Amino acid sequence: MGSVGSLTTDVKINSQEINTSALRRLYVGVWRMGLVAGAGWIVAAVITVQWPDAATWDCTSLLARLEFLVAGILILASAVSVQLPPSLAKLRRFGPWLLAFPLLLTAWEIVTAKLALLPLPFFAPPQSILQVYIEDWPRLCASVMASVLLLMPAYFIGVIAGFGAGVAIGWSRSAYYWGHPILRFIGPMPATAWLPLAFYFFSSNRTASTFLIALTTAFPVAVLTSSGVSSVNSAYYDIARTLGAKQRFLVLKVAIPAAMPDVFVGLFMGLGSSFAVLVVAEMLGVKAGLGYYLQWAQGWAAYANIYAALLVMSLLFSGLITLQFQLRNRMLAWQGGLLRW
Amino acid sequence: MVTETLQLDQMPRTQGMRIDMRDVCHEFTLRGSPLPVIDHMSFTVDRGEFVAFLGPSGCGKSTLLRLVAGLETATTGQLTSEGDRILGPDPQRGLVFQDPTLFPWRTVWNNIAFGLEARGVLRGQFDRVNEALELVGLSGFKNAYPHQLSGGMAQRVALARALVNQPSLLLLDEPLGKLDSLTRMTMQGELLALWQRTGFTALLVTHDVEEAVLLASRVIVLSSRPASIKAEIVNPLPYPRHRDDSRVIQLRRRVLEFLSMDGAL
Repeated sequence: MGSVGSLTTDVKINSQEINTSALRRLYVGVWRMGLVAGAGWIVAAVITVQWPDAATWDCTSLLARLEFLVAGILILASAVSVQLPPSLAKLRRFGPWLLAFPLLLTAWEIVTAKLALLPLPFFAPPQSILQVYIEDWPRLCASVMASVLLLMPAYFIGVIAGFGAGVAIGWSRSAYYWGHPILRFIGPMPATAWLPLAFYFFSSNRTASTFLIALTTAFPVAVLTSSGVSSVNSAYYDIARTLGAKQRFLVLKVAIPAAMPDVFVGLFMGLGSSFAVLVVAEMLGVKAGLGYYLQWAQGWAAYANIYAALLVMSLLFSGLITLQFQLRNRMLAWQGGLLRW
Repeated sequence: MVTETLQLDQMPRTQGMRIDMRDVCHEFTLRGSPLPVIDHMSFTVDRGEFVAFLGPSGCGKSTLLRLVAGLETATTGQLTSEGDRILGPDPQRGLVFQDPTLFPWRTVWNNIAFGLEARGVLRGQFDRVNEALELVGLSGFKNAYPHQLSGGMAQRVALARALVNQPSLLLLDEPLGKLDSLTRMTMQGELLALWQRTGFTALLVTHDVEEAVLLASRVIVLSSRPASIKAEIVNPLPYPRHRDDSRVIQLRRRVLEFLSMDGAL
């Protein structure tokens, strides 16, 4: 009796769904969140341009125009969102963020530029940061280039050294005997602790920094690689040996591929600590790069420049990690399921 | 659509392999003290025979296969294949575990190609990989990764991977133990067809009495650990055998009696 009852209600619901589906499609077609977010950007723009600044900034009206531009794009996208290509339709997921962002921006704008509630040189309003990008972009670009050119070779040296050491320590008993204690005692030391010695031992600060970044990268890569290699299911080796695999083949075609998920964890950790060492090295010795830019801006009490550089740095480092995760997902596609960070 | 019937026509025949075990004892070291696993075991398996080893779980059956595979060396005693001492693994002696143990980072095709690649003969022998793949009816899955396969499919791939080296001895360590009963019955038939067609010697370790009686030409009953041979039952019944055949049921009962004498069941 009960089951029959529930069956009929199910059917009723289904027919209702069919009736409303055409209507709903039309309704869903307009991206409401996009319209709301667009309205949020208009509010931000109006406040920026109408409310007089507490001090003089050159870029206030430019900021307002940019906010209007974003609002226009969002409202346009909302209206035509049914026709948007799938790649752009992904924008919809960020709807709430696209609304939250102008609201936060406006709050920041009000407490700094409009009411000057926060002490001014330290808390730079959005338009002053915009001004930094407009006036100082060549130096910022040069700093990004310098950072990348210092980081990348050093990181790769660290990865190769750490990976090689990790495979050896994980595979060979004698490499483990000699390598593991060194790894245990040298590894946990923050690479920055070597700074005073490194700047003394190496002919140039650049070489010293390369060495330190490589060192800090190599440690987690070596630890994770060796633990990955040594924890490979021994049944894989058994099967491989009965199929005719010799030592070299076992290392290259069984141990290493099986350890790759762990290796990528090490690469991720190594990349993170390489950023830290990069910035410190640039602040203390290397006279170029984003770290040096921060140091320099602080010397001039140019706090807007600091915020601008921090934002660039966050985009750069986040982009590099994303890139590495994409590589990981491509190489570890056999695991099934993507890993996001 | 995948056909799961076996394509046996292209499969080359082998001579099979003769295995001799003379007075083999084997022990593990467990927390410093020796743990005997195999106790004075002697037997001979002739070329092309299908021998099943039956015994209670944990009795040392798997160790027996590992010794024959050459993955471990017996503590004492002599183990030879075709008169030569077994000193290490050899592609002529293929091994299939209860777990398919496919390399998860390799596609089905690349898993099967592993043996040829490891021996450095893959180049120019792609056909052999394709044939092995066809043999187990999984051509449509050659680019799939192991995590995308069902248990039965994965075990078929493991079988094909062992067969690509054209072994004259196939060591089967409860290869169907983890499959559902329907897949299991199908694959028992496939295994038998493979053996009849190619002529390899088969050593099957199992604790399924019916499986042993259906497949093997000789059943060796082992005692609980340390394993020793308790009984040898020659099974002359012609193939194909049916599980409800009265002679099969009778044989099954006899084997069960030998097993339960030990109090193992």
